[in-house]
Amino acid sequence: MSVELTHLRRLEAESIHIFREVVAEAESPVMLYSVGKDSAVMLHLARKAFFPASPPFPMLHVDTTWKFRAMYEMRERMAAESGMQLLVHQNPDAMARGINPFDHGSLHTDLWKTEGLKQALDKYGFDAAFGGARRDEEKSRAKERIFSFRSANHRWDPKNQRPELWRLYNTRKAKGESIRVFPISNWTELDIWQYIHLESIPIVPLYFAEERPTVERDGLILMVDDDRFRLKPGERPVMRSVRFRTLGCYPLSGAVESQAKTLPEVIQEMLLTTTSERQGRAIDHDQAASMEKKKQEGYF
Amino acid sequence: MSVYEPEALIAQDIDAYLDQHQHKSLLRFITCGSVDDGKSTLIGRLLYESKMIFEDQLAALEADSKRVGTQGQNIDFALLVDGLAAEREQGITIDVAYRFFTTDKRKFIVADTPGHEQYTRNMVTGASTADLAVILIDARKGVLTQTRRHSYLAHLLGIRKLVLAVNKMDLVGYDQAIYQAIVDDYAAFAASIGIAHFTPMPISGYQGDNVTTRSANTPWYQGPTLIGHLETVDLDIAADQAKPFRLPVQWVNRPNQDFRGFAGLIAGGTVKPGDQVRILPSGRVTTVSRIVTFDGDLAVAVAGQSVTLTLADEVDCSRGDVIAAADDPCQVADQFEATIVWMAAEPMLPGRPYWLKLGTQLVSATIQAPKYQVNVNTMAHLAAKTLDLNAIGVANLSTDRPISFESYADSRDLGGFILIDKMTNATVAAGMLHFSLRRSQNVHWQAFDVGREAHARLKNQKPAVLWFTGLSGAGKSTIANTVEKKLLRMNRHTFLLDGDNVRHGLNKDLGFTDADRVENIRRVGEVARLMTDAGLVVLTAFISPFRAEREMVRQMMAPGEFFEIFVDTPLAEAEKRDVKGLYQKARAGKLKNFTGIDSPYEPPEHPDLRIDTSIMTPDEAAELVIALLLGEL
Repeated sequence: MSVELTHLRRLEAESIHIFREVVAEAESPVMLYSVGKDSAVMLHLARKAFFPASPPFPMLHVDTTWKFRAMYEMRERMAAESGMQLLVHQNPDAMARGINPFDHGSLHTDLWKTEGLKQALDKYGFDAAFGGARRDEEKSRAKERIFSFRSANHRWDPKNQRPELWRLYNTRKAKGESIRVFPISNWTELDIWQYIHLESIPIVPLYFAEERPTVERDGLILMVDDDRFRLKPGERPVMRSVRFRTLGCYPLSGAVESQAKTLPEVIQEMLLTTTSERQGRAIDHDQAASMEKKKQEGYF
Repeated sequence: MSVYEPEALIAQDIDAYLDQHQHKSLLRFITCGSVDDGKSTLIGRLLYESKMIFEDQLAALEADSKRVGTQGQNIDFALLVDGLAAEREQGITIDVAYRFFTTDKRKFIVADTPGHEQYTRNMVTGASTADLAVILIDARKGVLTQTRRHSYLAHLLGIRKLVLAVNKMDLVGYDQAIYQAIVDDYAAFAASIGIAHFTPMPISGYQGDNVTTRSANTPWYQGPTLIGHLETVDLDIAADQAKPFRLPVQWVNRPNQDFRGFAGLIAGGTVKPGDQVRILPSGRVTTVSRIVTFDGDLAVAVAGQSVTLTLADEVDCSRGDVIAAADDPCQVADQFEATIVWMAAEPMLPGRPYWLKLGTQLVSATIQAPKYQVNVNTMAHLAAKTLDLNAIGVANLSTDRPISFESYADSRDLGGFILIDKMTNATVAAGMLHFSLRRSQNVHWQAFDVGREAHARLKNQKPAVLWFTGLSGAGKSTIANTVEKKLLRMNRHTFLLDGDNVRHGLNKDLGFTDADRVENIRRVGEVARLMTDAGLVVLTAFISPFRAEREMVRQMMAPGEFFEIFVDTPLAEAEKRDVKGLYQKARAGKLKNFTGIDSPYEPPEHPDLRIDTSIMTPDEAAELVIALLLGEL
């Protein structure tokens, strides 16, 4: 009699295999941890891959200083629970220049995230970085490899990526080059939610609906998470029952009005709703191919 | 529009819905078709029909359809899946893209692979992880050359479940006779290449006929819909689990002195605590103690699961080893016949060592000249000396140490491999092992009582290879000759191997193509190695233009016995000297493949010694070489 493997078990096995392959072959791997639900799943899979050992690499948070407070709490909790070393990098240049999402628009993302990530990878000399990107997030990502090679200056060349056959990953690289590895490439948003549900993986409470102080701007509902939020004249925070489908810098993350207080209710809403995940994120609105451009420049 | 009405269940009982979806299985398939077969439209429709498109994406799709679509004012489903910006402007997919959709019964991962001839590489990549292939045919065009090629490649990569989707039935008036003629035509072809079974169906990706619902336009068709078939086709899970147990060891988990676990993804079979297993290639037998996971120990684990095993005995076992059923282990060998798909712009060089990765094993391998190349359009066997980009051929190969393997027909995980260029680190080929060559089982290394140390001791010297490399006319032979004379006066036992001289005898069957140059150096390397075993100081004067081969020779020698000496004379200077008149001939086009003129020279990046002939005489250079040999530099 055969044992049935569900789609989630097969995805899990593939992700674990990828984690182990990198640890066996890379010199200095790191896991990029953004505190969101995809990072939560990635961390959970890493812990499974190396049990009973702790994952033999640190987690790196490229911080913008503008994340939700609840995210910082979750970050500390998960670092302690997993037994992994937590590295936090804040771009000193962005810090000195006081770069913020209110005054600097896309420069905010460029400096804190894109530049910050490059700085951190160079500073610690990591040659392989796990990231939580998925192929279903965006059209150009459907063609991204699981192992994505970056030149010494972190550029991605879409014309020069290696074919990936079977379960064979070619991890060899020249000095200075690095790899971004996406262990959850083949997971969809629904897979992620189902797995969180099945495995009871802790996620930031912001994913669940709650009464929160908010303002509405340019069609986005923004949460006033701390007193750095600049209210416009006449603007007043209003308590709304909202949750977040995707988490980033709080002044850039759009909330949705919701009553979903439990995980099944969140999944229920997600399945019945008709707007895709990235709509709450300001970055993609410019052009269809903007993600691709950002990727070539080194954004994860 | 859709047969899927999951909304009702989601709205009424989300827990029941989640429970149902947590028991779905997974099917990976590829779609292959020619440029205009409507492949992207079909995939776009599958995504659309399974409600994987959100309202904002749909709005963008409708806007895009009007702007750049090819379907007039209608929705162009192809725009949902065409990807990178440059490709979108060209209107064709040029790489493998992975798409996802789900029904109540299964999750699907679709490899979208292009139909262009030059992209055999991408189709092979997409097919390597697929359980099933959907071969698309335009009903107006019938079985084309591309159809044969796609079917051949799918079959070659071990896909045994084929769907023949005769598409665009709406454009031929849903004519049963046209459909049947195509199916009959295909059946004859399929049988000729060994495809035992395929599932044909008449569809229209554009109109949706027989995609998710049985079409009223084809009342004569009694078979399943495309989705219906994909949802129910057997996944071979029982067959995979019934195979003998195989676990390629990825990583040894050693968090403390008390725990030593062997982690990997089970490539075949089933394992339970208490099972006898054999560690390959060593052959040691032991017993499985525990199957350790984050969720607690397992009583049984099966093919496809990532696990960690602990063993009863303290046996040697590390990354690259295979833990196999003790009574039915896989084979171990170092010479094979294999099918090779070449994936790099640089052609294959027979004799050049490449990294070979199979399972978790990484070894050095050399490939012989192909026995034949396969014309992927006609399946005819052609004579070939090498393999170019997208060429498929059969060749023998040997590895520098034995590897644990199975034939590809028995195991994708232990029979499929990639080749990696040692210099650029690019993945240059994919391969599938057929079987090991009997001679690798029968040729054993003979150990003799008089070893290399005894030979060297008698001569009172340390063997070495002084490898002179540089352009033709750089002064390699002159300097080597001077060095040898000096060594002779110092009572050293030497031998000088010269490029021109060796080509009069040992290598007179070789020309000056890249492949022949590689073989030339390989043979000289082997001879030099035998001479060092005999205790000699060997001097070689060969252009040896490629880094990879010089590195190969270095690896053949005992550590510390190989000295790469770069006789660095600029091309202009060597050409000016032109002692043998060869540059003049090459410039006149009378001599092909001449290094420096129409064949590259790759200068050493880190030679043991660099001789600048513009600032020293041959005698001064020879003194430097001897100082290097005596360890005085």
